[in-house]
This record gives sequence, structure tokens and C-alpha cells, in this order.
Amino acid sequence: MNMSQTKDIRTEEFLINMGPQHPSTHGVLFLEVKLDGEIVVDCTTHIGYLHRSMEKIAENRTYTQFIPFTDRIDYVASMNNNLGYVTAVEKLMNLEVPERAKYIRVIVAELNRIASHLIGIGTFAQDLGAFATPLFYCFREREKIIDIFDRICGNRLTYNYMRIGGVQFDLPKGIDETIKQFIAYMRPKLDDYDTLLTYNAIFLARSKGIGVLPKSLAIDYSVSGPNLRASGVRWDIRKEEPYLVYEKMEFDIPVGVNGDAWDRYKVRIEEMRQSLRIVEQALGALPEGDPTVKAGRIQKIAPGEAYMRTENPRGELGFYIVSDGSTYPYRLKIRAPSFSNLALLPELVKGLKVADIICVLGSLDILMGEIDR
Amino acid sequence: MLTALTFIFMLTAAFAVLGFIAVSAMFLIWWERKVSAHIQSRFGPMRVGWHGVLQSIADAVKLLLKEDIRPARADKLIWWLAPFFAVVPSVMVFVAIPFGRTLVPRDLNIGILYIMAISSVCVIGVFMAGWGSNNKYSLLGGMRAGAQIISYELPLVLSIIAVVMRAGTPSMQKIVASQGSCWNIFHPDMMLVSVIYMISATAEVNRTPFDIPEAESELVAGFHTEYSGMKFAMFFVGEYTNLFIVAAIATTLFLGGWHGPILPPVVWFLIKTYALVFVWMWVRWTFPRVRVDQLMAFAWKVLTPAALVNLAIVGWLLLKR
Repeated sequence: MNMSQTKDIRTEEFLINMGPQHPSTHGVLFLEVKLDGEIVVDCTTHIGYLHRSMEKIAENRTYTQFIPFTDRIDYVASMNNNLGYVTAVEKLMNLEVPERAKYIRVIVAELNRIASHLIGIGTFAQDLGAFATPLFYCFREREKIIDIFDRICGNRLTYNYMRIGGVQFDLPKGIDETIKQFIAYMRPKLDDYDTLLTYNAIFLARSKGIGVLPKSLAIDYSVSGPNLRASGVRWDIRKEEPYLVYEKMEFDIPVGVNGDAWDRYKVRIEEMRQSLRIVEQALGALPEGDPTVKAGRIQKIAPGEAYMRTENPRGELGFYIVSDGSTYPYRLKIRAPSFSNLALLPELVKGLKVADIICVLGSLDILMGEIDR
Repeated sequence: MLTALTFIFMLTAAFAVLGFIAVSAMFLIWWERKVSAHIQSRFGPMRVGWHGVLQSIADAVKLLLKEDIRPARADKLIWWLAPFFAVVPSVMVFVAIPFGRTLVPRDLNIGILYIMAISSVCVIGVFMAGWGSNNKYSLLGGMRAGAQIISYELPLVLSIIAVVMRAGTPSMQKIVASQGSCWNIFHPDMMLVSVIYMISATAEVNRTPFDIPEAESELVAGFHTEYSGMKFAMFFVGEYTNLFIVAAIATTLFLGGWHGPILPPVVWFLIKTYALVFVWMWVRWTFPRVRVDQLMAFAWKVLTPAALVNLAIVGWLLLKR
């Protein structure tokens, strides 16, 4: 053996395939990670394992028939997806919605935002190795919201509740008391999360300063929702372009300072507090009337196009609809927030450790159903 | 001289210890599931027996009947041997653990040194599993385990040495005897030592917040990803036996071993040990996991210097006495 052989021992980069079946890739995401020891050199995302051709299906369905499909785009926040779609169609039709329906939509959308954020922070804590305990607490609270939805529309996950021009059913009797009880129950629980997780030393060490997303990069990648606000950009469509009755509601937009994983988590916790405020106000101002739709199920919409964006729990959800005057949309394009948020991942994880990929991914709170559509 | 009587005695002791290990591991697995369930506002196992007490037996039967799958390109011998390396040292350690005044398989005069030496062998099993499986996740888990366990051995041994210096002997029985009037943990110079021991021991048995080698959310299951059936069960039993051992050592070194009023010594020993095990379970189901570099930094920059300084203080106090 000569000296030159022993001198330069060859070290190799280590390619690891994370997913599509991995405990913490939040669905069927496939990450191709190049490692130098424990340090991430490169990370490529591969998507498409959950593609269901939603946009093409829409071209062969009437406007009302497509509503249940929107449930399945982001199955964690179905109400918000229903909302995004029906408001887009209403914008295309120039349809005015009964006042009571608007309030009901705001109530269910904000409740679903809380449910979605609960899953977001629960799985994030799970990704950081807090063995299932915060996740179970989050699911316990989410269960109460699901029970409320169960009473409102009969479904627990894919609600199919909103209709073009209103909602499917009026609120059942006594539900406002249940929602008020839930608000009273939820507020102290959020403080519990602060003591269990938010200011825990290990939690801080794991998430502070990890995956820092600078303002400019966030805007370049068209990041939206809590991830954008965590980077310090005060942008919320509920404030910027108020739809439904959001301009009458009083709420703050929580923003982060550093744009790291902890800020993204903290913004979600704060947003839940704000959502509780909105639900409380909307319940108080709920007008009388009939929110259900009397019109026929099949709409013939005059030729034209409309783009409507709403604030989904994960960011800006946009529906672009082109009508050619028939009963089917000519083209429907969905702008899903998780798609842009995931595109960012390789930028954020370079140079971090393996464990940090999971931390950053968890903090972005992506949802594969929405990315692949 | 090895007479027939001593031989029979040793055989009985060996079987008693093995039986105890099996029952204890099964009990701990059931208990951990119950503790975690109640922390997480669930019930845990409820179907098999009263509140699921027989769940572990059902699981053991299931694991025994499972197919033993070997990855196609695994390193056969190393892969096959690894589970034994995980269990056998844990069993050997029981030789020197004093359950009661006379209830100790063999009171070795180098007691604690023997325990530390033998229990260090476990890491070889973990490393063999990581290497032999020919799986990248396993390899990462095995490497992490090697680095972690070796790093935490240092503060662990340094904290134990402080106790040995105080008692003046490494024999487990004599260490217990020296705490007849006052448990070690109540001595001001031993408090820091016991904290250091508890933290290092958590890392030694790979439990949250130091469960890096397994790190489910990152490495699937770390070094035992590729093991199934009885081989997986052996890793599992080894893990819970180790948990019992570190708790038993902590009881012996800091909580006065089998000393205690009214109840028989062995009952006191078990109460203290299982109370400590409960603390570890409580921690596991509450805290997130630290990152691998933070873990190493904590061992080398905080725990080891603290243990060294503490050792110097204990020595100085002994000289003054």
C-alpha cells in the first residue's frame, strides 16, 4: 500500500430517499436528500403521488357538482376550500349572498382554520420528537370542532357544506351555545400549549433560528399565509381584500420577527386566538334570515372569467374560472398555497442537519392533497 | 470449591433473575403504554385482561409467531448476532444488583465497575444492528447511537466515581450500607452528581429527549428498522431491561438502595426503582427530542466539565473530613 492511498481517504456524499413512505413527510412526499454525514448538501422534492386531475375533472362537472371535489383538495380545511370555490363562482356570476349565509361561512371557515392549525402544530411537535403527546392534545380539541361541524352539516371531514349562493343547511338550533362553550374551552387550552411546548427549552433549541426565511425570499417564492407572516410581512387577504363580512370583524394579523420555524409555529398559535375572536364576533352579529339556496342546482353562467383568492389556513387559495356560457366551467385553475410553500424547502434546508429537514418541513405545514390536487 | 449445592444455588439464582427480567420488561412495556395513554388523555390497552395487563403477553406471542425477515443484502452474521449483544449484557449486569440485604446474586467487590463495563457492551449490539442491516437509516441510527452512548458514558462514569469515592468502595452492597443513616441524594455534594447521572442515564438508554438513535420522525426506527419478530422483541426487551437497570443503579447509588422502614428491603428497592422509571416515562412523554449536535455539545461542554468540577469538590471535601 503506497502513501497516496492512505493519505486521501475518499469520502462520499450519502444519498437518502425520504419518502414517499416515511413517518414524517406529511403524506406521500418524496425527498431526495444528499447528505455529507449528518449535514444536508442538497434536497430535491418529488411530488405527484397524490395527483387526481382535479382541474380536468372540473371541466366535466357542473359548477355545483365540483364542490365536493374541493373538499378533497385540502382535506384538513375543507370548509375553507368550499368557501374559496363558491366565492369564485359567485364572483363570476355576480351573485349576492344572503347576509346570514356570509356570517355562517365566516364562522365555519374560522373554526376550520383552528382545526387545521391544530393539526399543523400537533404534527410539527411530533416531528420534533415530542412523542405524540401534543398531537393527541391537538386532536382532542379538533374533535370538538368536528363535532360542531357534524351537527351543522352531517360530515366530519369532507363537509360539502357551502353552495353557490349560500350554504346547504341553516345552523341547527342551539349550536351557537355549543360554539360559545368551545370558545371558552379553547382559550385556556392555547395557554396550555404555551406552557407545554412554546417556551420549552428543548423546543426552542430545536426550532429557533432553524430554516430562517427572509422577507425577500418569501416574496420571491410567492409564499403566503402564516409562513409569509412569520417572516414579518403583514399580508392577510382577509384584511387586504376583505370578502364576506371580514371588514366588519375586528382582529389582528400576528406577524413573526425572524421567519424561523419557531415563528411559523407561534404565528399559528396566535392566529388561533384571533380566529376565536372572529367566531365570537360573528356569532354575536349573526342576522336572521334564510341562508340556504333556493335556486336550481345547474347554473348556466354567462361567458367570462373570474379569479377569487381567499385566505386559507395555509395561505392564499385562488380559483381561476373561465366560463364559455355552458353549464360546465371551460377551465378551472387552482392556486394552492402549499405548492409555493413546498418549493421553498430546498432553499431552506441546505447546510442544516437531517433532523432539521423534518423540522422545517413540519413548520411549513404543507399538505400533499393540495400540492398534487 | 464448587460443590453441588453452590451450583444448584447459582442455577436457581440465574433462573430467578431471568424470570424477573422477563416479567419486569413485560410489566414496564405495559406500564409505559398506560402512563403514556393517561398523559395523552387516552386509555391505552384495555382489551386483554384487566385494563390490558396481559397485553404484553399477547404481543410476545404475536412477535414469536411472526416471520423473521432478513434483508436480502444484510451482513448475515453481524445482523443475526446484534440482538444478542443488545440483551445479554443487560442480563449479565443483574449479577451485581442488590435487591435486598442478602438478596443479590453475587456481591462482587468491584460491583459498580463491573456493571459499567458490561453495560457498555450494549452499544456494540446497536452498532452491529445499524451496520449489518445494510439500510441507510439503520446506519445513521447506529452511528448516532455509537457517538451518543460513548459520549454520555463519560459524565455517567464521572458521576458514579464521586459516589464510589464517598462510600470508599465500588461494591454495591457496601455503597448501600454506607447510606444507612442518610441517603446520598440528601448530601449537598451529591445532588449535582445525581442530576448528572439522571441526564446521562437517559441518554444511555436512548429515551426522549435523547432518543436520537431511534428518532422515529427522522430515521423511521433507526438501528432496528430492519428487524422483525423475535429479534425486534429482543431489542425491545433489552431496552426496557436497561431502563430498569439504570433506575436500579440510581436507587442503589443515590436513594439508599433497599434501606427503608417497616416494609421488607426488596419491596423498598422495587418501589424506589419503579418510581424512578416513572420519572423517565414522564419525561419521555412530555419533552421534544434534541438534535444530534446539540446532544453531543451538551455532553462534552456541559455535563462532562460539570461532573469533573463536582468530582474535584467531592475529593476536596473528603480530604477535609
